[in-house]
Amino acid sequence: MQRREPEALREALAKATCRAMRDAVIYLPSDVKQAIAKAASSETNAVAQGEYENITKNILVAERLGVPLCQDTGVPVVYLTLPPEIPFSQNLFDAVTDGIRRATQETPLRPNVVDPLTRHNSGDNTGVGMPAIHVQPGERFMVTVLPKGAGAENVSRIVMLLPSQKEKIEDVVVETMLIAGGRPCPPVVLGVGIGGTFDGVTALAKEALLQPINTMTAFEQKLCDSVNRLGIGPMGLGGSTTALAVKVKTAACHTASLPVAVNVQCWANRHATVEVDW
Amino acid sequence: MTKTVVQLHTPLGDEILALRAGDRVELSGLVYTARDEVHLRMKSKGIPFDSEGAVIYHCGPVVKDDRIVAAGPTTSARMNNLSGFLFDKGVRALIGKGGMDSTVKEQLRGRGVYFAFTGGCAALAASRMTLKGVHFPDLGMAEAVWIIELDRLPLVVGIDAQGNDIFEAVWENARKIFGADQKMECV
Repeated sequence: MQRREPEALREALAKATCRAMRDAVIYLPSDVKQAIAKAASSETNAVAQGEYENITKNILVAERLGVPLCQDTGVPVVYLTLPPEIPFSQNLFDAVTDGIRRATQETPLRPNVVDPLTRHNSGDNTGVGMPAIHVQPGERFMVTVLPKGAGAENVSRIVMLLPSQKEKIEDVVVETMLIAGGRPCPPVVLGVGIGGTFDGVTALAKEALLQPINTMTAFEQKLCDSVNRLGIGPMGLGGSTTALAVKVKTAACHTASLPVAVNVQCWANRHATVEVDW
Repeated sequence: MTKTVVQLHTPLGDEILALRAGDRVELSGLVYTARDEVHLRMKSKGIPFDSEGAVIYHCGPVVKDDRIVAAGPTTSARMNNLSGFLFDKGVRALIGKGGMDSTVKEQLRGRGVYFAFTGGCAALAASRMTLKGVHFPDLGMAEAVWIIELDRLPLVVGIDAQGNDIFEAVWENARKIFGADQKMECV
Protein backbone atom coordinates (compact mmCIF):
# COMPACT_ATOMS: atom_id res chain seq x y z
CA MET A 1 0.00 0.00 0.00
CA GLN A 2 1.52 3.29 -1.07
CA ARG A 3 0.62 5.24 2.04
CA ARG A 4 2.74 2.87 4.12
CA GLU A 5 5.94 4.14 2.51
CA PRO A 6 8.45 5.21 5.20
CA GLU A 7 8.65 8.70 3.67
CA ALA A 8 4.90 9.16 3.97
CA LEU A 9 4.97 7.95 7.56
CA ARG A 10 7.81 10.33 8.37
CA GLU A 11 5.92 13.28 6.90
CA ALA A 12 2.66 12.44 8.66
CA LEU A 13 4.34 12.08 12.06
CA ALA A 14 6.47 15.22 11.55
CA LYS A 15 3.35 17.19 10.75
CA ALA A 16 1.49 15.88 13.80
CA THR A 17 4.48 16.54 16.08
CA CYS A 18 4.82 20.09 14.78
CA ARG A 19 1.15 20.76 15.44
CA ALA A 20 1.22 19.21 18.91
CA MET A 21 4.27 21.29 19.88
CA ARG A 22 2.74 24.49 18.54
CA ASP A 23 -0.62 23.85 20.21
CA ALA A 24 1.06 22.97 23.50
CA VAL A 25 2.97 26.26 23.79
CA ILE A 26 -0.03 28.42 22.84
CA TYR A 27 -3.16 26.73 24.24
CA LEU A 28 -3.39 25.43 27.80
CA PRO A 29 -5.46 22.24 28.32
CA SER A 30 -8.97 23.02 29.59
CA ASP A 31 -8.50 21.18 32.90
CA VAL A 32 -5.48 23.40 33.64
CA LYS A 33 -7.39 26.57 32.77
CA GLN A 34 -10.23 25.44 35.05
CA ALA A 35 -7.83 24.75 37.91
CA ILE A 36 -6.30 28.22 37.53
CA ALA A 37 -9.75 29.84 37.47
CA LYS A 38 -10.71 27.94 40.62
CA ALA A 39 -7.53 28.98 42.41
CA ALA A 40 -8.05 32.60 41.33
CA SER A 41 -11.65 32.72 42.57
CA SER A 42 -10.78 31.33 46.00
CA GLU A 43 -7.77 33.63 46.55
CA THR A 44 -8.08 36.40 49.16
CA ASN A 45 -4.52 37.77 49.12
CA ALA A 46 -4.50 41.03 47.10
CA VAL A 47 -1.02 40.55 45.63
CA ALA A 48 -1.89 36.98 44.59
CA GLN A 49 -5.11 38.22 43.00
CA GLY A 50 -3.02 40.57 40.87
CA GLU A 51 -0.89 37.63 39.73
CA TYR A 52 -4.00 35.67 38.69
CA GLU A 53 -5.23 38.71 36.75
CA ASN A 54 -1.99 38.67 34.76
CA ILE A 55 -2.10 34.89 34.26
CA THR A 56 -5.72 34.97 33.08
CA LYS A 57 -5.07 37.83 30.66
CA ASN A 58 -1.93 36.10 29.41
CA ILE A 59 -3.81 32.90 28.57
CA LEU A 60 -6.35 34.91 26.56
CA VAL A 61 -3.74 37.03 24.73
CA ALA A 62 -1.74 33.91 23.75
CA GLU A 63 -4.89 32.26 22.36
CA ARG A 64 -6.07 35.39 20.56
CA LEU A 65 -2.70 36.21 18.95
CA GLY A 66 -1.56 32.60 18.48
CA VAL A 67 1.74 33.26 20.29
CA PRO A 68 3.50 31.23 23.02
CA LEU A 69 2.20 31.68 26.58
CA CYS A 70 5.76 31.83 27.88
CA GLN A 71 9.04 32.77 26.21
CA ASP A 72 10.56 29.63 27.74
CA THR A 73 9.04 27.27 25.22
CA GLY A 74 10.92 24.48 26.94
CA VAL A 75 12.65 21.38 25.69
CA PRO A 76 10.50 18.93 23.71
CA VAL A 77 9.44 15.81 25.61
CA VAL A 78 7.48 13.54 23.27
CA TYR A 79 5.31 10.49 23.93
CA LEU A 80 4.37 8.25 21.01
CA THR A 81 1.62 5.67 21.08
CA LEU A 82 2.07 3.07 18.36
CA PRO A 83 -0.66 0.73 17.11
CA PRO A 84 0.51 -2.75 16.00
CA GLU A 85 0.67 -1.87 12.29
CA ILE A 86 3.24 0.94 12.72
CA PRO A 87 6.80 -0.39 12.42
CA PHE A 88 9.11 0.65 15.25
CA SER A 89 12.23 2.12 13.66
CA GLN A 90 14.64 5.05 13.55
CA ASN A 91 12.24 6.60 11.04
CA LEU A 92 9.87 7.50 13.89
CA PHE A 93 12.60 9.33 15.80
CA ASP A 94 13.69 11.20 12.68
CA ALA A 95 10.10 12.21 12.00
CA VAL A 96 9.60 13.62 15.50
CA THR A 97 12.88 15.54 15.18
CA ASP A 98 11.71 16.98 11.85
CA GLY A 99 8.48 18.07 13.49
CA ILE A 100 10.27 19.87 16.34
CA ARG A 101 12.57 21.69 13.89
CA ARG A 102 9.54 22.80 11.92
CA ALA A 103 7.67 23.98 15.03
CA THR A 104 10.74 25.96 16.12
CA GLN A 105 10.64 27.93 12.85
CA GLU A 106 6.91 28.23 12.39
CA THR A 107 5.59 28.98 15.91
CA PRO A 108 8.28 30.42 16.58
CA LEU A 109 9.90 28.75 19.59
CA ARG A 110 12.95 30.00 21.47
CA PRO A 111 15.92 27.76 20.62
CA ASN A 112 16.69 26.29 24.05
CA VAL A 113 18.64 23.10 23.33
CA VAL A 114 22.41 23.24 23.91
CA ASP A 115 25.29 20.80 24.33
CA PRO A 116 25.53 20.21 28.11
CA LEU A 117 29.26 20.98 28.31
CA THR A 118 30.15 23.33 25.45
CA ARG A 119 26.73 25.05 25.83
CA HIS A 120 26.64 25.36 22.04
CA ASN A 121 23.06 26.04 20.94
CA SER A 122 21.87 23.90 18.01
CA GLY A 123 19.41 26.65 17.07
CA ASP A 124 16.57 24.23 16.27
CA ASN A 125 15.68 22.63 19.62
CA THR A 126 17.22 19.28 18.71
CA GLY A 127 20.44 17.55 19.76
CA VAL A 128 21.77 14.23 21.04
CA GLY A 129 18.83 12.54 22.79
CA MET A 130 16.64 15.60 22.19
CA PRO A 131 13.71 15.62 21.59
CA ALA A 132 13.33 13.15 24.45
CA ILE A 133 11.11 10.45 22.94
CA HIS A 134 9.13 7.82 24.85
CA VAL A 135 7.28 5.04 22.99
CA GLN A 136 4.43 2.86 24.20
CA PRO A 137 2.04 0.45 22.47
CA GLY A 138 -1.60 1.41 21.99
CA GLU A 139 -4.65 1.27 19.77
CA ARG A 140 -4.26 4.58 17.92
CA PHE A 141 -1.25 6.39 16.44
CA MET A 142 -0.90 9.40 18.74
CA VAL A 143 1.79 11.94 19.52
CA THR A 144 1.83 13.93 22.76
CA VAL A 145 4.25 16.81 23.31
CA LEU A 146 5.09 18.16 26.76
CA PRO A 147 7.37 21.21 26.36
CA LYS A 148 9.26 21.47 29.66
CA GLY A 149 10.57 24.81 30.87
CA ALA A 150 13.76 25.08 32.91
CA GLY A 151 12.50 27.05 35.91
CA ALA A 152 10.36 24.19 37.17
CA GLU A 153 12.54 21.35 35.86
CA ASN A 154 15.56 22.74 37.75
CA VAL A 155 13.88 22.35 41.15
CA SER A 156 12.65 18.79 40.54
CA ARG A 157 14.07 16.04 42.77
CA ILE A 158 14.60 12.33 43.28
CA VAL A 159 15.04 10.72 46.69
CA MET A 160 15.77 7.03 47.35
CA LEU A 161 13.82 6.40 50.55
CA LEU A 162 14.05 3.21 52.57
CA PRO A 163 11.06 0.83 52.53
CA SER A 164 10.43 1.75 56.19
CA GLN A 165 10.08 5.46 55.32
CA LYS A 166 6.72 5.38 53.53
CA GLU A 167 5.41 8.13 55.80
CA LYS A 168 8.24 10.39 54.58
CA ILE A 169 6.87 10.54 51.02
CA GLU A 170 4.76 13.52 52.02
CA ASP A 171 7.80 15.30 53.50
CA VAL A 172 9.74 14.72 50.27
CA VAL A 173 6.95 16.30 48.23
CA VAL A 174 6.39 19.28 50.54
CA GLU A 175 10.09 19.87 51.10
CA THR A 176 10.66 19.91 47.34
CA MET A 177 8.22 22.78 47.07
CA LEU A 178 9.71 24.57 50.08
CA ILE A 179 13.18 24.47 48.54
CA ALA A 180 11.73 25.59 45.21
CA GLY A 181 9.86 28.60 46.64
CA GLY A 182 8.76 31.00 43.91
CA ARG A 183 11.32 29.83 41.35
CA PRO A 184 9.21 27.26 39.43
CA CYS A 185 6.40 29.80 38.76
CA PRO A 186 3.72 28.53 41.16
CA PRO A 187 0.89 27.67 41.41
CA VAL A 188 2.55 24.46 40.25
CA VAL A 189 1.42 21.00 39.28
CA LEU A 190 3.53 18.31 40.96
CA GLY A 191 4.06 14.98 39.21
CA VAL A 192 5.10 12.41 41.79
CA GLY A 193 6.63 9.07 40.83
CA ILE A 194 6.76 6.34 43.46
CA GLY A 195 8.50 3.00 42.94
CA GLY A 196 10.20 1.51 39.89
CA THR A 197 13.93 2.12 39.57
CA PHE A 198 16.24 5.12 40.02
CA ASP A 199 15.77 6.17 36.38
CA GLY A 200 12.22 4.89 35.97
CA VAL A 201 10.76 6.84 38.89
CA THR A 202 11.63 10.17 37.30
CA ALA A 203 9.90 9.13 34.07
CA LEU A 204 6.83 8.20 36.14
CA ALA A 205 6.86 11.64 37.76
CA LYS A 206 6.88 13.34 34.37
CA GLU A 207 4.17 11.05 32.96
CA ALA A 208 2.00 11.91 35.97
CA LEU A 209 1.90 15.51 34.67
CA LEU A 210 -0.06 14.30 31.64
CA GLN A 211 -2.96 13.07 33.75
CA PRO A 212 -6.08 15.25 34.11
CA ILE A 213 -5.69 17.59 37.08
CA ASN A 214 -9.38 18.13 37.77
CA THR A 215 -9.53 14.95 39.83
CA MET A 216 -7.28 13.74 42.61
CA THR A 217 -7.25 10.56 44.70
CA ALA A 218 -7.49 10.95 48.47
CA PHE A 219 -3.71 10.46 48.69
CA GLU A 220 -3.02 13.07 46.01
CA GLN A 221 -5.40 15.52 47.69
CA LYS A 222 -3.64 15.02 51.03
CA LEU A 223 -0.26 15.78 49.44
CA CYS A 224 -1.73 18.81 47.67
CA ASP A 225 -3.26 20.18 50.87
CA SER A 226 0.08 19.82 52.66
CA VAL A 227 1.88 21.71 49.90
CA ASN A 228 -0.74 24.45 49.97
CA ARG A 229 -0.33 24.94 53.73
CA LEU A 230 3.13 26.39 52.92
CA GLY A 231 1.42 29.56 51.67
CA ILE A 232 4.04 30.17 48.97
CA GLY A 233 1.29 31.23 46.56
CA PRO A 234 1.54 32.42 42.97
CA MET A 235 5.14 33.36 42.07
CA GLY A 236 6.23 32.99 45.71
CA LEU A 237 4.43 36.22 46.63
CA GLY A 238 2.13 34.42 49.10
CA GLY A 239 -1.36 32.99 48.71
CA SER A 240 -3.64 30.07 49.41
CA THR A 241 -2.78 27.98 46.32
CA THR A 242 0.82 26.86 45.85
CA ALA A 243 -0.07 23.67 43.95
CA LEU A 244 -3.02 23.40 41.57
CA ALA A 245 -2.78 19.63 41.83
CA VAL A 246 -0.53 16.73 42.79
CA LYS A 247 -0.62 13.69 40.52
CA VAL A 248 0.93 10.36 41.50
CA LYS A 249 2.05 7.48 39.31
CA THR A 250 3.44 4.26 40.78
CA ALA A 251 5.36 1.21 39.58
CA ALA A 252 6.47 -1.98 41.27
CA CYS A 253 9.90 -1.76 42.88
CA HIS A 254 12.58 -3.77 44.71
CA THR A 255 11.57 -4.95 48.17
CA ALA A 256 14.55 -3.02 49.58
CA SER A 257 13.82 0.25 47.71
CA LEU A 258 11.36 3.13 47.80
CA PRO A 259 12.28 5.58 45.03
CA VAL A 260 10.35 8.87 45.06
CA ALA A 261 10.63 11.57 42.38
CA VAL A 262 8.91 14.93 42.19
CA ASN A 263 8.74 16.61 38.79
CA VAL A 264 7.73 20.22 39.32
CA GLN A 265 5.67 21.90 36.59
CA CYS A 266 4.85 25.61 36.39
CA TRP A 267 1.25 26.89 36.24
CA ALA A 268 1.52 26.58 32.48
CA ASN A 269 1.14 22.78 32.56
CA ARG A 270 1.53 22.62 28.80
CA HIS A 271 0.88 19.49 26.80
CA ALA A 272 -1.01 18.63 23.63
CA THR A 273 -1.94 15.39 21.88
CA VAL A 274 -2.52 14.98 18.15
CA GLU A 275 -3.62 11.84 16.30
CA VAL A 276 -1.31 11.13 13.37
CA ASP A 277 -3.26 11.37 10.15
CA TRP A 278 -2.16 8.10 8.62
CA MET B 1 -8.85 44.78 48.75
CA THR B 2 -8.59 46.78 45.53
CA LYS B 3 -5.49 48.90 45.81
CA THR B 4 -4.90 51.75 43.43
CA VAL B 5 -2.40 51.01 40.73
CA VAL B 6 0.53 53.45 40.68
CA GLN B 7 1.43 54.72 37.20
CA LEU B 8 5.16 55.16 36.63
CA HIS B 9 7.20 56.24 33.62
CA THR B 10 10.89 55.79 32.95
CA PRO B 11 13.40 57.26 33.64
CA LEU B 12 12.59 56.75 37.31
CA GLY B 13 13.56 59.13 40.10
CA ASP B 14 12.91 59.56 43.82
CA GLU B 15 9.18 58.80 43.38
CA ILE B 16 10.07 55.12 43.72
CA LEU B 17 11.33 55.61 47.28
CA ALA B 18 7.71 56.04 48.38
CA LEU B 19 6.67 52.63 47.00
CA ARG B 20 6.04 49.79 49.46
CA ALA B 21 6.35 46.05 48.94
CA GLY B 22 2.98 44.80 47.69
CA ASP B 23 2.09 47.99 45.79
CA ARG B 24 0.78 47.42 42.31
CA VAL B 25 2.41 49.45 39.56
CA GLU B 26 1.97 49.91 35.84
CA LEU B 27 5.25 50.85 34.21
CA SER B 28 5.62 52.67 30.91
CA GLY B 29 8.67 53.87 29.00
CA LEU B 30 12.00 52.31 28.06
CA VAL B 31 13.42 49.21 29.74
CA TYR B 32 16.51 47.16 28.89
CA THR B 33 16.58 43.36 29.00
CA ALA B 34 19.60 41.75 30.65
CA ARG B 35 20.51 38.23 31.74
CA ASP B 36 23.67 36.61 33.10
CA GLU B 37 25.97 37.07 30.09
CA VAL B 38 25.26 40.74 29.52
CA HIS B 39 25.69 41.63 33.20
CA LEU B 40 29.24 40.26 32.93
CA ARG B 41 29.80 42.16 29.67
CA MET B 42 28.48 45.47 31.06
CA LYS B 43 30.52 45.13 34.23
CA SER B 44 33.76 44.97 32.25
CA LYS B 45 32.94 47.04 29.18
CA GLY B 46 30.44 49.59 30.44
CA ILE B 47 26.70 50.10 30.13
CA PRO B 48 25.71 50.84 26.50
CA PHE B 49 22.69 53.01 27.40
CA ASP B 50 21.91 55.98 29.67
CA SER B 51 21.70 54.24 33.05
CA GLU B 52 20.47 57.25 35.06
CA GLY B 53 16.96 56.28 36.28
CA ALA B 54 17.01 53.20 34.04
CA VAL B 55 15.08 49.97 34.54
CA ILE B 56 16.60 46.53 33.85
CA TYR B 57 14.30 43.66 32.85
CA HIS B 58 15.49 40.10 33.57
CA CYS B 59 14.22 38.59 30.34
CA GLY B 60 15.33 36.58 27.33
CA PRO B 61 12.57 37.23 24.81
CA VAL B 62 11.48 35.51 21.62
CA VAL B 63 12.05 38.08 18.86
CA LYS B 64 11.07 37.62 15.24
CA ASP B 65 11.14 40.12 12.35
CA ASP B 66 11.99 43.05 14.69
CA ARG B 67 8.99 42.28 16.85
CA ILE B 68 8.75 41.00 20.43
CA VAL B 69 6.75 37.75 20.25
CA ALA B 70 7.03 36.60 23.87
CA ALA B 71 8.85 38.29 26.75
CA GLY B 72 8.11 37.05 30.26
CA PRO B 73 10.56 37.38 33.15
CA THR B 74 13.39 34.98 33.92
CA THR B 75 14.57 33.94 37.40
CA SER B 76 16.20 37.00 38.97
CA ALA B 77 18.21 35.08 41.59
CA ARG B 78 20.79 34.19 38.94
CA MET B 79 21.73 37.89 38.91
CA ASN B 80 22.08 38.18 42.73
CA ASN B 81 25.84 38.69 42.58
CA LEU B 82 25.89 40.61 39.31
CA SER B 83 23.67 43.63 39.98
CA GLY B 84 25.49 45.93 42.43
CA PHE B 85 27.35 47.99 39.81
CA LEU B 86 24.06 48.87 38.11
CA PHE B 87 22.74 50.79 41.13
CA ASP B 88 26.08 52.62 41.44
CA LYS B 89 25.52 53.80 37.85
CA GLY B 90 22.04 55.15 38.56
CA VAL B 91 19.78 52.18 37.73
CA ARG B 92 16.62 52.57 39.84
CA ALA B 93 14.70 49.35 39.35
CA LEU B 94 14.92 45.72 38.30
CA ILE B 95 12.06 43.65 36.93
CA GLY B 96 12.09 39.86 37.19
CA LYS B 97 10.56 36.84 38.85
CA GLY B 98 11.19 34.91 42.04
CA GLY B 99 12.88 37.69 44.03
CA MET B 100 16.52 38.34 44.91
CA ASP B 101 18.74 37.81 47.96
CA SER B 102 19.63 40.03 50.91
CA THR B 103 22.69 41.40 49.10
CA VAL B 104 20.45 43.01 46.49
CA LYS B 105 17.93 44.03 49.14
CA GLU B 106 20.67 46.04 50.87
CA GLN B 107 21.93 47.48 47.57
CA LEU B 108 18.40 48.72 46.85
CA ARG B 109 17.99 50.37 50.24
CA GLY B 110 17.36 54.10 49.81
CA ARG B 111 18.01 53.85 46.07
CA GLY B 112 15.73 51.53 44.15
CA VAL B 113 13.13 48.77 44.02
CA TYR B 114 12.65 45.26 42.66
CA PHE B 115 9.48 44.73 40.66
CA ALA B 116 8.00 41.26 40.22
CA PHE B 117 6.31 40.48 36.93
CA THR B 118 4.24 37.30 36.73
CA GLY B 119 6.31 34.38 35.42
CA GLY B 120 5.00 32.77 32.27
CA CYS B 121 3.07 35.86 31.19
CA ALA B 122 5.09 36.37 28.04
CA ALA B 123 2.19 36.95 25.66
CA LEU B 124 0.63 39.60 27.91
CA ALA B 125 4.02 41.31 28.21
CA ALA B 126 4.64 41.26 24.46
CA SER B 127 1.23 42.80 23.85
CA ARG B 128 2.41 45.85 25.83
CA MET B 129 5.82 46.21 24.21
CA THR B 130 7.39 47.91 21.22
CA LEU B 131 10.90 46.93 20.21
CA LYS B 132 13.19 49.97 19.91
CA GLY B 133 16.62 48.46 19.35
CA VAL B 134 19.33 46.09 20.53
CA HIS B 135 22.79 46.16 22.09
CA PHE B 136 25.25 43.25 21.99
CA PRO B 137 23.31 41.18 19.41
CA ASP B 138 26.36 38.89 19.22
CA LEU B 139 25.25 37.37 22.55
CA GLY B 140 22.22 35.81 20.85
CA MET B 141 18.47 36.24 21.17
CA ALA B 142 18.13 35.29 24.83
CA GLU B 143 21.18 37.13 26.16
CA ALA B 144 21.33 40.38 24.15
CA VAL B 145 20.15 43.74 25.55
CA TRP B 146 16.82 44.51 23.88
CA ILE B 147 15.59 48.09 24.16
CA ILE B 148 11.86 47.90 24.73
CA GLU B 149 9.19 50.54 25.18
CA LEU B 150 6.54 49.46 27.68
CA ASP B 151 2.92 50.50 27.71
CA ARG B 152 1.62 49.92 31.26
CA LEU B 153 3.27 46.61 32.18
CA PRO B 154 1.44 45.38 35.35
CA LEU B 155 3.96 44.80 38.15
CA VAL B 156 4.05 44.40 41.90
CA VAL B 157 6.74 45.80 44.20
CA GLY B 158 8.58 42.72 45.54
CA ILE B 159 11.38 44.52 47.42
CA ASP B 160 11.09 48.19 48.33
CA ALA B 161 13.73 50.79 49.14
CA GLN B 162 13.11 50.38 52.89
CA GLY B 163 14.21 46.73 52.87
CA ASN B 164 10.74 45.14 52.87
CA ASP B 165 10.84 41.90 50.87
CA ILE B 166 7.65 39.93 50.19
CA PHE B 167 9.48 36.85 48.89
CA GLU B 168 11.65 36.59 51.99
CA ALA B 169 8.66 36.98 54.33
CA VAL B 170 6.63 34.34 52.48
CA TRP B 171 9.52 31.88 52.39
CA GLU B 172 10.42 32.29 56.08
CA ASN B 173 6.79 31.62 56.93
CA ALA B 174 6.75 28.50 54.71
CA ARG B 175 9.89 27.22 56.46
CA LYS B 176 8.19 27.57 59.83
CA ILE B 177 5.04 25.81 58.66
CA PHE B 178 7.05 22.87 57.32
CA GLY B 179 9.16 22.76 60.48
CA ALA B 180 12.23 23.01 58.33
CA ASP B 181 14.74 23.30 61.17
CA GLN B 182 13.71 19.90 62.53
CA LYS B 183 12.89 18.13 59.32
CA MET B 184 15.23 19.13 56.53
CA GLU B 185 17.85 16.52 57.46
CA CYS B 186 15.35 13.66 57.54
CA VAL B 187 15.01 13.30 53.82
